[in-house]
Amino acid sequence: MAKNLFQKVWDAHAVRELSNGQTQLLIGTHLIHEVTSPQAFGMLRDLGIKVKYPNRTFATVDHIVPTDQREQPFSDPLADAMIKELAKNAEEFGVTYFDLASGKQGVVHVVGPEQGITQPGTTIACGDSHTATHGAFGAIAFGIGTTQVRDVLATQTMALGKLKVRRINVDGDLKPGVYAKDVALHIIALLGANGGIGFAYEYGGTLFDALSMEERMTVCNMAIEGGARCGYVNPDDKTFDYLKGRPYSPEGDNWDEAVLRWKSFASDPDCEYDDIINISADEIAPTVTWGVSPDQGFSIEGVIPDPSVEKNENDRLSVQEAISYMKLEPGEPIKGTKIDVAFLGSCTNGRLSDFREVAKYLKGHKVSEGVKAIAVPGSQVVDLMAKKEGLDKIFSDAGFEWRAAGCSMCLAMNPDKLVGDQLCASSSNRNFKGRQGSPTGRTVLMSPVMVAAAAVNGYISDAREVFSI
Amino acid sequence: MALEKIKEVKGKAVYVQGNDIDTDRIIPARFMKCVTFDGLGEFLFYDVRKDVEGNDKEHPLNEPRFSGASILISNANFGCGSSREHAPQALYRYGFRAILAESYAEIFFGNCCGLGVPCAVASHENIKKISSLIDQNPEIEVHLDVANSKIITSELTFSVDIPPGAREALTEGRWDPIAELQEAEQAVDDVVNELGYAI
Ligand code: SF4
Repeated sequence: MAKNLFQKVWDAHAVRELSNGQTQLLIGTHLIHEVTSPQAFGMLRDLGIKVKYPNRTFATVDHIVPTDQREQPFSDPLADAMIKELAKNAEEFGVTYFDLASGKQGVVHVVGPEQGITQPGTTIACGDSHTATHGAFGAIAFGIGTTQVRDVLATQTMALGKLKVRRINVDGDLKPGVYAKDVALHIIALLGANGGIGFAYEYGGTLFDALSMEERMTVCNMAIEGGARCGYVNPDDKTFDYLKGRPYSPEGDNWDEAVLRWKSFASDPDCEYDDIINISADEIAPTVTWGVSPDQGFSIEGVIPDPSVEKNENDRLSVQEAISYMKLEPGEPIKGTKIDVAFLGSCTNGRLSDFREVAKYLKGHKVSEGVKAIAVPGSQVVDLMAKKEGLDKIFSDAGFEWRAAGCSMCLAMNPDKLVGDQLCASSSNRNFKGRQGSPTGRTVLMSPVMVAAAAVNGYISDAREVFSI
Repeated sequence: MALEKIKEVKGKAVYVQGNDIDTDRIIPARFMKCVTFDGLGEFLFYDVRKDVEGNDKEHPLNEPRFSGASILISNANFGCGSSREHAPQALYRYGFRAILAESYAEIFFGNCCGLGVPCAVASHENIKKISSLIDQNPEIEVHLDVANSKIITSELTFSVDIPPGAREALTEGRWDPIAELQEAEQAVDDVVNELGYAI
């Protein structure tokens, strides 16, 4: 029977059916970080259990780590303690740990692919919802809670109910100045923040065939913002080219064997899906959010919605709540909204191609006076390669602070935070209330090039106009 | 490890209105700087309950008439966003033992189930009815009958949806899967070898 990739990977990794009807699913690769793992290791200690396959678990620090001062002890003693705890756990349980001295540290979803740990046809879990990112390689990657982190550490498996699969076809070409981030925001606005509940998203169509691996990662990363548990793209030659020669990629004869195996996981041409959505790429505009949920987004030409026209009471309340939090007025264009901070980075858009693309346009421009602009590479490898190309220089000449690798202001668990009701043009993935570190801070999500345009003008702008794209 | 059989939850309820209430709102990230979950309850919904000086803002959880509630009622896509188990842990440690909403984000649902906190799904209409009922009569006892998928109060009874797998796991005391997962060691090793993971 013809199967899609999700079904094939699921069937290959299913160990058995559990008494509650869920499946005991083997997790091929387990990624961990400092925030959601300490309690799980604590539970293992309480139960007196070891990590079952320590060589299938990889750790790094990203969420809390400062991006300016990099020597321990850090100024935040809690952050310092959590990072020490991860080092201790990794050592005690025999887990590979990419620490600050390794040159490989970074946001876990940037590190996995660039080290070649993320491979097609595998199952991946991490105590982090953006684990969906790894789906860009044709892996089935789940974000999980800490108790499940314990389950995976202890048994290399977890209990899970099977998902339905929705194929999202995007055909055609993106218009100039429109990026993978816009595709992600567009899909979420179209299907809603809860539209994907119960689904894995399979992204395909001629647009996805054409997108680079890094662009595919940007879209898969935000599957979770659309409510889907995971998202993936079928592996193809681009996937294999990307993986070739990476530190954890197979070599020699093993490589050829692996490619054959990886190919076999791709969805069969005549397989079935539980749902199919078709989108035309040329409908997609540079997209920005205006509210406090990632589905509250529209084209850069949009005007702030009027809550009173919403028919459903909850929708009316949501719109009302969002615009009063964002301090925006119904009927006003989003373009021209003043910004205080510009943030470039995160596991959505903190990879080398993002900084390259922005640098192309930023050269010769200056960040507007009064705007704090930071550029945070997703990993130490990205940082190093960007510096080799002189990208850091272009950013700092323009007035951006070039920082060290980490999650930084995506969730502001380190000192990079908004202050008061500052408004941030951000290349990250969440615009929730308080997300960027201030309980009244405001976030507008957009593509990296749009962040640069906003930084240069000091207000939300159409990058196509600012940079003559 | 014998677990409690969670067949029902009875108690006062409180309604926190809104769709898409995310886990950042349930527990802001800065309170996740901890190596244990102890003490998270006091920071539940912190930024919507407290102003910058730490004084109470208007929020149902700050209203004395709802104090001691053990059932939380909300709307669609509750618990979306970050996978942080700190969110269900904070709810649990604050005193919630069940949630009733129109729908849930999946990771949140699974995290709650693993803690033995039933998440029941009710229709928009029934959420409306029960929230206005508890607004008029905050002391009313709300009874979530997990085994029969029902909400029962002296004034109002309706069916809810709890996926059968989760329901059985709760009512039969198998909501923490670790023991069962550990049983299949040989089968796990076999799959690992077959797929070439054992490098
Ligand atoms: S960059 Fe942001 S979304 Fe990505 S893992 Fe870090 S905190 Fe989470």
